[in-house]
Amino acid sequence: MPQVTLTVNGKQHTVEVEGRTLLVELLREKLRLTGTHVGCDTSQCGACVVHIDGDSVKSCTTLAVMCEGANITTIEGLAAPDGTLHPMQEAFREYHALQCGFCTPGMVMSAIDLVQKNPQGLTEREIREGLEGNLCRCTGYHNIVKAIAAAQEVMHGRRATLAPAAD
Amino acid sequence: MNVMAPFEGIGAAVRRKEDLRFLSGRGRYTDDISRPGQVHAWFLRSPHAHARIRAIDTRAAAAMPGVLAVLTGADYAADGLGGVPCGWQIHNKDGSPMKEPPHPVLAVGKVRYVGDAVAMVIAETRQQARDAAEALSVDYEVLPAVTDMRAALAPGAPQLHEEAPGNLCYDWHLGDAAAVDAAFARAHRVVRLELTNNRLIPNAMEPRAAIGEYDPATGEYTLYTTSQNPHVIRLLMGAFVLRIPEHKLRVVAPDVGGGFGSKIFHYIEEAAVTWAAGKVGRPVKWTAERSESFMTDAHGRDHVTAAELALDADGRFLALRVKTLANMGAYLSTFAPSVPTYLYATLLAGVYTTPAIYAEVKAVFTNTVPVDAYRGAGRPEATFLLERLVDVAAQEMGIDRVELRRRNFIRPDQFPYQTPVALQYDSGDYAATLDQALAAADWAGFEARRAEAARRGKLRGIGLSTYIEACGIAPSAVVGSLGARAGLYEVGTIRIHPTGSVTVLTGAHSHGQGHETTFAQIVADHLGVPLDKIEVVHGDTAKIPFGMGTYGSRSLPVGGSALVKAMDKIIAKAKRIAAHLLEADVTDVEFDPRAGSFKVAGTDRQKSLAEIALAAYVPHNYPIEELEPGLEETAFYDPKNFTFPAGCHIAEVEIDPETGQVELVNFTAVDDVGRVINPMIVAGQVQGGVAQGVGQALLEVCRYSADGQLLSGSLMDYCLPRADDLAPVSVATHTTLCTHNPLGVKGCGEVGAIGSPPAVINAVVDALRDYGVRHIDMPATPARIWSIIHAKTQAAAA
Repeated sequence: MPQVTLTVNGKQHTVEVEGRTLLVELLREKLRLTGTHVGCDTSQCGACVVHIDGDSVKSCTTLAVMCEGANITTIEGLAAPDGTLHPMQEAFREYHALQCGFCTPGMVMSAIDLVQKNPQGLTEREIREGLEGNLCRCTGYHNIVKAIAAAQEVMHGRRATLAPAAD
Repeated sequence: MNVMAPFEGIGAAVRRKEDLRFLSGRGRYTDDISRPGQVHAWFLRSPHAHARIRAIDTRAAAAMPGVLAVLTGADYAADGLGGVPCGWQIHNKDGSPMKEPPHPVLAVGKVRYVGDAVAMVIAETRQQARDAAEALSVDYEVLPAVTDMRAALAPGAPQLHEEAPGNLCYDWHLGDAAAVDAAFARAHRVVRLELTNNRLIPNAMEPRAAIGEYDPATGEYTLYTTSQNPHVIRLLMGAFVLRIPEHKLRVVAPDVGGGFGSKIFHYIEEAAVTWAAGKVGRPVKWTAERSESFMTDAHGRDHVTAAELALDADGRFLALRVKTLANMGAYLSTFAPSVPTYLYATLLAGVYTTPAIYAEVKAVFTNTVPVDAYRGAGRPEATFLLERLVDVAAQEMGIDRVELRRRNFIRPDQFPYQTPVALQYDSGDYAATLDQALAAADWAGFEARRAEAARRGKLRGIGLSTYIEACGIAPSAVVGSLGARAGLYEVGTIRIHPTGSVTVLTGAHSHGQGHETTFAQIVADHLGVPLDKIEVVHGDTAKIPFGMGTYGSRSLPVGGSALVKAMDKIIAKAKRIAAHLLEADVTDVEFDPRAGSFKVAGTDRQKSLAEIALAAYVPHNYPIEELEPGLEETAFYDPKNFTFPAGCHIAEVEIDPETGQVELVNFTAVDDVGRVINPMIVAGQVQGGVAQGVGQALLEVCRYSADGQLLSGSLMDYCLPRADDLAPVSVATHTTLCTHNPLGVKGCGEVGAIGSPPAVINAVVDALRDYGVRHIDMPATPARIWSIIHAKTQAAAA
């Protein structure tokens, strides 16, 4: 069986995989990082999104062997070592942008990449269009859009702390 | 300095306790669980909608690498076990029971829908099980299939079950036919409408999964499953399917990634993996692929209805007559028979004083996936029918649609209000929610927005619905008399630990609703314990005494009420302990829930709940002759009535006449859900429900080909709403309290999906008013709308 060496959340792993093993299977089954989810089989739902070398990628359509030497971040690797949440995680909590939590890891990983790639800032419409690859069945996206809008202000340094949600 | 802690009780928008684990990837969903020695199941599913199984050759598959077992319906039958039961029995007009054909765990003799499970392969890895399933050889004799309800009822139609001649499950009715006939005979006008309530596929984001496990040392089975009601699964699977007594069967529903009804039901895979675990002596895991979800999760809705409304000259509703065909699919799912009957026809009064109503419902078997409750379950179907019919009546009688509704509203002074279709509404103020919504949506300013849109070449429309629904299912004796084979109470335990922290056990199940927060808020409010000292536990039959689970927006009205009852017992016992410690008479002890302290009236002598708990667990100075030690109480709460959330939803849309594309531009919801425990969570529930309702109205439909192939079988073929399909949803509440439960709550989980579809379609019809459109069925896709516009334009040109 082929071997693949990759760095996940700052830790290097060498893993034996089948040629057909998907990155998400490697993460969930070999490394037991079960925060990355599988919600579909047609690369539509985005529950499996992780960052590969800083880009958001659907790990359900990435072969593990393609990730040789790659630097991967999953939802488990977002918070600081002392447990401080990433501003996007914090915003999702503050704005009630999750309900069942199943789409959440992929949604957060996609949202971070979306914001990072748009330092000029995103409008509500642009955020909605930017979430094209992620499905949520619980929230109607209303609060997800608000959370991302609030998080981008912190991520781009325009605010020191997250704007509180209106109660 | 006395610093007040932030208020965390009832009414506070507390951030959710459960979020931290979900946001850090530490949720624990069924597929995240890996049991020692676990092996994997793969189901071979029928590619045919209807076929006889002549033979299954398992030899090649059994010889494949890693395969432990290949199991078929014959193996299951040889073990003498049962099929999946139905939990609700409906009776026909003539009093005879519905037809209830067997629903085997693995197909025996015949398959009846694409996706019906034919065999199960167990192997060391999932891929090996899948590879081996492909090596299975099944000899099918393909039979003609039927997916359309009218075709299924026609003479000569393919017959699904010997037990159900003519594919008829039941022919049921409700209401006073003679009174309705008499009212129609004297009506000033009769308005008729035929409509379809489109078949939907729920699509919770977490696919179903199950792990069965058997411990030969104890003889105990454990099932981990994606369920909204683990105790119900234990009861059904233990008692009726695998015949495992409850004390030897544990069902765990850990974090569950959305349900919307689709995870209420007892599915064959749950029984199959549990059975197989006993056979192979290893834990057996199965996780659905999304394709399997599409073709095996119970679908929703799928009604065809003809409705007639009789009105007097002033537009007062005199009578309503409804005939509905409801699709059951190929087998009866757990609660399927109740959905188009007692969850549907009983809602046909709506918020109106219609004095006479008669509904006839035929339930039909077809070669499709079983159909059962999906968010709203029967109530969206009733609401869509009524709120479309009222709009059509307004148009035909030349009465303003808001005014026509007002004229027929049940007034606040008429409660309790007995409808002609069995329900008694306890409270509500329909004019208040209407007025609040009209103001919030700037209904009065709409014509200016329409004119502005017209200048941009867009057709703008506005529509409303004034809906009601029935939640908090339900008084056990009532539903028992209507055919339910279960009681519908809920169970709660309050465990005060010796140092004063609290564990709350609830039979309700949270799969997105945020019970770990809202239930803790109720406890914080009643006992004065800080939120971080309260843990809510759900989803495990080994931890929780009993429960009926979460559906029908029942968790708070029924499950929350059970917690209040248990806390009443805690407080009563704690008062007696306090009286002893404070050397006072128990009648002089007062409990202050804000401070969490028991005080002798008129003095400053008091004991905290924690001090009392310590005395209860270390009973050195304790009224041991009168009271048992410990401080833990359980309550079973059986509701006295349904609850009746109601409100007004207003949708505003713009249509591009060139493409037929509908854009939702505004959505306003004003809902009366009774007392609000956490307004942030209520708004989230409404927004999510509205998204599903807008999905039904504009995007989603399940399609089968005539020969029974599922055409909308993936997320590329079935249009689940994405972020850019939706608009911000403005949510507000107007509260009238439920009069019969201790919290005054009504439930908020389904209102969004119930009120919104007719509001959206009424807006679409309004936008198309210049095109002579009277009704448009859901989903109002661009193709459908473009055809309407194009036909009219062509006719005008001719």
